[in-house]
Amino acid sequence: MLSILWNNRIQVVAVVLFAVGLTTLLLHKNLLKKIIGLNIMDTASYLFLTSLGFIEGRLSPIVSGGNTDPALYVNPLPAGLVLTGIVVSVSVTAVILALSMRLYRRYRTLNLDEIYRMVHREQEEED
Amino acid sequence: MKKRKIREFLREWDEGNFDFTMETMGDLHQGPEDPGRLPPPDWKNQPLRKAEASEVKAFRALYPVLSVLLLVSVIGFLLITVLQLPPFNSADTPANTSEVIERYVAKGLTETGAVNIVAGIILDYRAFDTLGESHVLFTAVVAVMILLLLPEEEKENREEYRILHSDLILKNTARLLVPFILMFGVYIILNGHLGPGGGFSGGAVIGGGLILYAASFDRRRLQKVLNMNTYRLIVLAALSFYSLAKCNSFFCGANGLETIFTTGTPGAIFSAGLILPLNIAVGIVVSCTMYGFYAIFTRGRI
Repeated sequence: MLSILWNNRIQVVAVVLFAVGLTTLLLHKNLLKKIIGLNIMDTASYLFLTSLGFIEGRLSPIVSGGNTDPALYVNPLPAGLVLTGIVVSVSVTAVILALSMRLYRRYRTLNLDEIYRMVHREQEEED
Repeated sequence: MKKRKIREFLREWDEGNFDFTMETMGDLHQGPEDPGRLPPPDWKNQPLRKAEASEVKAFRALYPVLSVLLLVSVIGFLLITVLQLPPFNSADTPANTSEVIERYVAKGLTETGAVNIVAGIILDYRAFDTLGESHVLFTAVVAVMILLLLPEEEKENREEYRILHSDLILKNTARLLVPFILMFGVYIILNGHLGPGGGFSGGAVIGGGLILYAASFDRRRLQKVLNMNTYRLIVLAALSFYSLAKCNSFFCGANGLETIFTTGTPGAIFSAGLILPLNIAVGIVVSCTMYGFYAIFTRGRI
C-alpha cells in the first residue's frame, strides 16, 4: 500500500492540498481566509488533473517536424481542462471578493460569527 | 540643474509629504459607507440574549466536531481513490489511451492547422467551451460592477491619490518594464497556435502590465484610453466577433460548406484558420477583464 502511495505521490500531494484547502474553508471564521482555502482547493484539483496526463520522457503537445505520432506527446486534454478551470476560478474569486467587500462595508467586520449575530439582531428588530 | 531637481525630488520623497498613519490608510481601505440602515456602533459589545446564546453555544460546540468528521472522511475517501488509481507516469491508462486523444494528436495538425495541439483543442474542437469561458469572465466583471461600481461624479480622494502615486521606485521600474511586458503579452497571444501560449495566458500578461501602469502612474492617463465606454465597446466587439465566427463554423460544418478560413500551411503566422483571430479576441477579453477587476476593486470604476 505504501509503495502504491509513493508511486502516486503527486496525486497524494493533490489530496493533501485539497484537505488543507477544505480545512481552511471550514474551520476559519475570517472570510478572506475562507476564500484562500477555496483557491487552494482549486489548485489541488488542477494538480490532480495535470498529473493524470503526464507521461515521463514524452514531449509537450506541440508538433515538431510534422511528426504526429500519439505515442510521442503527453496527453493534451488535461491542459485544456485546467485552462477552463483557472478561468472559472478567477471569475468566482473576483465575485466572492466583491461580495465580501460589500459585507465589510455593511457590518465593518469579516468575522462570519459576528456577521451572523448582527443579521440575527437585525431580523429580531424587524419582527 | 537636472541633478538638483532629482535631489530635491528625492528629499521631498524621503521626508514624506504623505503620512502612512493608520487614519489615512484606514480611510483608504474602508471605502464609502454602504447606503441603507447601518447597525448601531455598539452591537459588537452587547451581550447575547439567552436563547440566542444557547443556540450559538450549541453551534460553536458542534461545528468543529462535524467539520473534522467531514474532513477525515473526505480525505479517507480521496486517499482510497488514489490507491485504486493506475500508477503515475504510465502511458496505458484509460485517460491516456482514449480514442479522443489519439485523434486530437494524430489529426489535429491537418484538421485545425495549429502546431500547438492544446490551442487546436480549445479553440477549434472545443471552441464552444472557450466561448462559454469568455462569457463567464464577462459575467464576473458585470457582477463585480453591480456590487462595487461607484457613481462617476464621486469626488476624488486626494489623499488616496497621493499615497498611490508617489513611489519613485515603482514609477521607474514601471517605466522600464511596462513596454516589455505588453510586448511579451502580444507575442504570447500571436504565437498561440505556433507554440506555448494563447489568448488566456497572453491576456493575463497584458492585464498585469496594464495594472502595473495604472498602479504607478496617474490613472487618468490610462483612463483616457481605457474607460468605461471603451471597455464596453472593446469587450462587446470581441465577444460578438467570437460568437459570429463560431456561428459561421457551425453553419458551414453542418451544411458541408467550404469556409473562407483555411488551415493554411502549419507553422506560418497566418495559418490555422480561425484560431489566430479567436486567440486575439480571447486575449482582448481577458486583458480588459483583469484590468477591470483591478480598477473596480481599487477605486470603484474603470
